[in-house]
Amino acid sequence: MSEKRKIRVLVAKPGLDGHDRGAKVVARALRDAGMEVIYTGLHQTPEQIAETALQEDVDVVGLSILSGAHLTLVPQVKKLLRERGMEEVLLLVGGIIPAEDEAVLKQEGAADAVFTPGTALENIISYIHENIGQLP
Amino acid sequence: METVQELMRGSRRALARLITLVENNDPRKEEIMERLFPHTGKAYLIGITGSPGAGKSSLVDRLLAEARQNGSTVGVIAVDPTSPFTGGAILGDRIRMQEHALDSGIFIRSMGTRGSLGGLSRAAREAVQVMDAFGKDLIIIETVGVGQSEIDIVGTADSTVVVLTPAGGDSVQTIKAGIMEIGDIFVVNKADLGGSERTVAEVSMMLDLKEEPGWRPPVLPVVALRGEGVAALWQALMEHRRYLQSGGLFESRRRERAGRELGELVEFLVKSRVWESIRTQISLDELIEAIALRRQDPYSAARELLRRINFPF
Amino acid sequence: MAEELQRAEKEWRRRVEREKERPGPFETVSGKKIKDLYTPRDTADLDYRRDLGFPGEYPFTRGVQPNMYRGRLWTMRQFSGFGDATDSNRRYRYLLEQGQTGLSVAFDMPTIMGYDSDHPRSAGEVGRCGVAIDSLEDMEILFEAIPLEKITTSMTINGPAAVLWCFYLACALKRGIGLDRVGGTIQNDILKEYTAQKSWIFPPEPSMRLITDIFAFAAREVPRWNTVSISGYHIREAGSTAVQELAFTLADGFAYVEAGIEAGLDVDDFAPRLSFFFNAHLDFFEEICKYRAARRIWARHMKERFGAKDPRSWKMRFHTQTAGCSLTAQEPENNIVRTALEALAAVLGGTQSLHTNSMDEVLALPTEKAVKIALRTQQIIAFESGAAHTIDPLAGSYFIESLTDEMEAEAESYFERIEALGGVLTAIEKGFFQQEIADAAYTYQRAVEKGERVVVGVNRFASEEALNIALLKIDAAVEQKQIARLRRLKERRDNIAVAEALRRLGEAAAGSENLIPHILKAAQLYATEGEIISALKKVFGEYREQPIF
Repeated sequence: MSEKRKIRVLVAKPGLDGHDRGAKVVARALRDAGMEVIYTGLHQTPEQIAETALQEDVDVVGLSILSGAHLTLVPQVKKLLRERGMEEVLLLVGGIIPAEDEAVLKQEGAADAVFTPGTALENIISYIHENIGQLP
Repeated sequence: METVQELMRGSRRALARLITLVENNDPRKEEIMERLFPHTGKAYLIGITGSPGAGKSSLVDRLLAEARQNGSTVGVIAVDPTSPFTGGAILGDRIRMQEHALDSGIFIRSMGTRGSLGGLSRAAREAVQVMDAFGKDLIIIETVGVGQSEIDIVGTADSTVVVLTPAGGDSVQTIKAGIMEIGDIFVVNKADLGGSERTVAEVSMMLDLKEEPGWRPPVLPVVALRGEGVAALWQALMEHRRYLQSGGLFESRRRERAGRELGELVEFLVKSRVWESIRTQISLDELIEAIALRRQDPYSAARELLRRINFPF
Repeated sequence: MAEELQRAEKEWRRRVEREKERPGPFETVSGKKIKDLYTPRDTADLDYRRDLGFPGEYPFTRGVQPNMYRGRLWTMRQFSGFGDATDSNRRYRYLLEQGQTGLSVAFDMPTIMGYDSDHPRSAGEVGRCGVAIDSLEDMEILFEAIPLEKITTSMTINGPAAVLWCFYLACALKRGIGLDRVGGTIQNDILKEYTAQKSWIFPPEPSMRLITDIFAFAAREVPRWNTVSISGYHIREAGSTAVQELAFTLADGFAYVEAGIEAGLDVDDFAPRLSFFFNAHLDFFEEICKYRAARRIWARHMKERFGAKDPRSWKMRFHTQTAGCSLTAQEPENNIVRTALEALAAVLGGTQSLHTNSMDEVLALPTEKAVKIALRTQQIIAFESGAAHTIDPLAGSYFIESLTDEMEAEAESYFERIEALGGVLTAIEKGFFQQEIADAAYTYQRAVEKGERVVVGVNRFASEEALNIALLKIDAAVEQKQIARLRRLKERRDNIAVAEALRRLGEAAAGSENLIPHILKAAQLYATEGEIISALKKVFGEYREQPIF
């Protein structure tokens, strides 16, 4: 008698830049795709993001970063998620990420996927559906 | 049920997982709730409601600081509406409370109204019980006071705070019926805006008209954004708590709540079992078609359905 | 005559209706429907003297100077800054050597948010999006060997604008240059931070006080300084339509004027130093009409509503930047063409200064080569295209004039809605601007996804070609270098005097005196930006947003 499992996504903006157009458009698109989106606003520290992911028991964490600090911030968020036993949570990154940095982030296992400007919203949605794995 | 044991050992991750399981109506839910039950009943439950934009989240944010200063650990359940069209939701209440995200004495959980089977009040109540079993001293539920089910949730709290804003040109008379009845404390937030004194006076007048013996809900001006009046709100909450406990009202309220809960659970169990049997045994399409073509009336069709699954009347 | 025209048009319409039309939609990039043909009937109500006037003449629809680019071309002002002050100083000198005529400083995120480079929140962000400036010392390095009295400098800084401005002024004073001889612009537009750019520090009220303090101080001491650059650029980048950019920016402008008047200043004392900053997006004609409408609206409101008497208060002077959000990561070379079209619209719209984006800005900070192409784009428009030969060359076009009128009318109806909500600050609190912008951004993105809006190389004519342009890398060592410099500074300076200056600043903030002299004093003693902002935060508190989707 269990209800259809809802996918829960944390959309967060770490770092100091305030460009939230992308984060908000993505949040809205995920909502319209039937997901529950927890939005924590701007200027979040990696600790705040990991702790929120834990309390909200999300399946996906989406980070939007346009300030160039991705190589510092993304691995830190991943590390803090791991420390909380949440290594299976999908970590997605959106923003201005040069290809070499994308490779670094994926190699280190920090990010599961990187979406650069021009990515279709549909691609993000279908990526989540395909990679969310077996939900309990 | 390892997760339950982990919860008992103080695992925040387990707390989060268990809330997900009960919220999703997982098959293991009943067992979980049974095992948690002996550990519940200790937390004090505060409901906060008010129209969108009344500043509830900011108020909760300030109350959290106040509660922590007074040594209480707190759980928060922040409810936002689910879109009826897509089933999705953007849950943004906690943005106002993010300064507390790293305080291990605080646990904040956002919930969508989802609005199917059994409704929100059941899911929220169960989430409260999980937080209670975890050992939170105080649990705050914040909802947008628009739907009946949301009024129901806060109505089950030990103390209910109704948040209003200076009515501007509108009269307090326009405040939703139903919401005036459930308030144990009224807050007029954004009291720095014009017209707040009038709103305080009007609400007080309405409350005086009721002439009920016992607790007369206080009406408190607050500026949540600046933290003004929050200490007074905290005092009022504690006073209300003492009032309930001293007059035996606490027990009778909880008894009332237990009765309501039992009734809802029976309804829920019957409903879900019945539909499960129907779905596994019978194709409804034929019956629906027959009713639509007006060959059969829905009353006899319903009776026939229940007969076919051997439902005992 | 009019009847004859109407009859002829009807006949033409009948012929056209027999022809097949492309699927369209025939809308501007803002989603505004555009007719297939405009005729004299669309401009029948136009009164030349009342609605257009001559250039340099009220209501300035045709431009703010009488001879426009025949006298002096627009200022070519490339926004730049990265790494530490030494790196950026080198880039500025390069740009000046290449023929650029003004400087425009981009600060890094910690500087924009009021944190020093050694603050935990700054980790990973030092020198990334712009130059890291922590104190007067960095400002001195940034402008080394650049004659402050000969150039004008624009600084994109808002929340902590007063602090960075004081660093600049202190730098000039240290070189013996009087404050009446330095010129430039600080963006200092906090209102659009709450609605679009989201780099705020303090709540709206104390932020507005800092701004009016700057107005008053500049009017007295720094007369050549543009004290605020009221910015539509970021509103547009956040996803607004052209009309929203126009209306919200002007509404912000009016709010500053009201704040100045309320602070007891005479409107003509500060209004001439207000300047504007607009986006140049891809929809060529819509953008040109936006600039023309903006000038006319500003002039009319300043004269008729605020009673300004000095004609300089009526003139809207503005800087333009081509639209960052119109650039694509796919086939980045195409961005050169997009930028060229946008820049031409800005010039035909009569801009006073212009930044052209580099093709690689959607991928990283621009390389020297990409910046050079961007600057050359402006030079080609200025010197080869002939666009600067005649003033407001599109005036009188049935289409241009009627679109200008329509945009003005739509902006006016936004002003009424904002007024009905209780003014700009209340509308911000109610999330009105945020909601309008979020809706427009989402609608646009959906249209792109569905292919209704074509983006060449992205959702049409896309190729799988791999990216092969060189990108600028910011050395991670910059952060450590900057932190080390900051530490040495804190050991060297007179820390007792700094503490005293900060204490005095805090006291002043709690009262009502003008804060600029106190900030300037702290700056001259080498107090850091973070220290000055912290002192103010203790009194003013910090802003937290109400998110709108």
